[in-house]
Amino acid sequence: MPEHHDLPILTTTVEKMVQWARRSSIWPVTFGLACCAIEMMAMSAGRYDIARFGAEVFRGSPRQSDLMIVAGRLSRKMAPVLRRIYDQMPEPKWVISMGACASIGGVFDNYAIVQGVDQVVPVDVFVPGCPPRPESLIYGIVQLQKKIDQQRMSA
Amino acid sequence: MESTAIIDVLTRALPGDPARFESVAARDGMPTIYVTPADLVATARLLRDDPDLRFVLLVDITAVDYLPRTPRYEVIYLLVSPGASGFGTTPKRLRMKVRVADAEHLPTVSGVWASANWAERELYDMFGIVIDGHPDLRRILMPEDWDGHPARRDYPVQIKLPVKTYEPLQLSQEEFVANVESARKRSLTE
Repeated sequence: MPEHHDLPILTTTVEKMVQWARRSSIWPVTFGLACCAIEMMAMSAGRYDIARFGAEVFRGSPRQSDLMIVAGRLSRKMAPVLRRIYDQMPEPKWVISMGACASIGGVFDNYAIVQGVDQVVPVDVFVPGCPPRPESLIYGIVQLQKKIDQQRMSA
Repeated sequence: MESTAIIDVLTRALPGDPARFESVAARDGMPTIYVTPADLVATARLLRDDPDLRFVLLVDITAVDYLPRTPRYEVIYLLVSPGASGFGTTPKRLRMKVRVADAEHLPTVSGVWASANWAERELYDMFGIVIDGHPDLRRILMPEDWDGHPARRDYPVQIKLPVKTYEPLQLSQEEFVANVESARKRSLTE
């Protein structure tokens, strides 16, 4: 076995490297629906700075995104649009349901609002709050990173 | 201008029983009159064109459902006369109300004020009041295949319905192909 500990080389498995790459560059799709979107913008701006976790690149196109943050209440009329945008995102993709309205309907317990976006798309992380503070959402993204770390490539 | 003065103008110009126009003292002091559905369009045109009135701006149309009462609905037209040059002498506002029974139709005022078009669509969408003569009476807020009219008093607040996550294809396959091909041709010639 050749001596190579002086060389700038690290060895790892492909799976670990792919997990590292995926978890360190989660690009969210811009999907602000209501006031939660203001906190989502604050999260990506300088003060809270989600760039520290590699997730600051909000994309206007679902085809370049990995993560959908459903930020706000989803109306029944908007549900097909949400589903279509989710379907347009390439695999692997994840969903964060941000805030009380997206998660369970919040205060809008009425005919017009979907009572939980998990009826429309599969949700990975639910972030509670009304609206959640940027720290909460960052915590949600870190939880998602842990989840991505556990996802097997072969699965 | 008081609502009684507005009614004087209306009764002078429109023939028929003057008692069908009512003026009410609104608690906020805004001039408020009641008109009948049959007079609605003629009244609207007069309110817009009379040199003393010139209510040229229709701000909104809304309605209230007083369910046990008959007639069931009151439709409210909020009007403004700007009082600027050519549009009346003084700025003023008017609340014009129409009592509408269940299943009764209203004539459109979109020929008088163009802004009535979408407002009447909202009225139809939320209350199910059918507007006769409307150029494009479709739902405006709710999905087009929605069942019922949500602002009615007897409409449930919560409903348990599966969420629709698909949209019906709005183009036929031939139309879709033709669109793509014409776009491709355009990009080649440009």
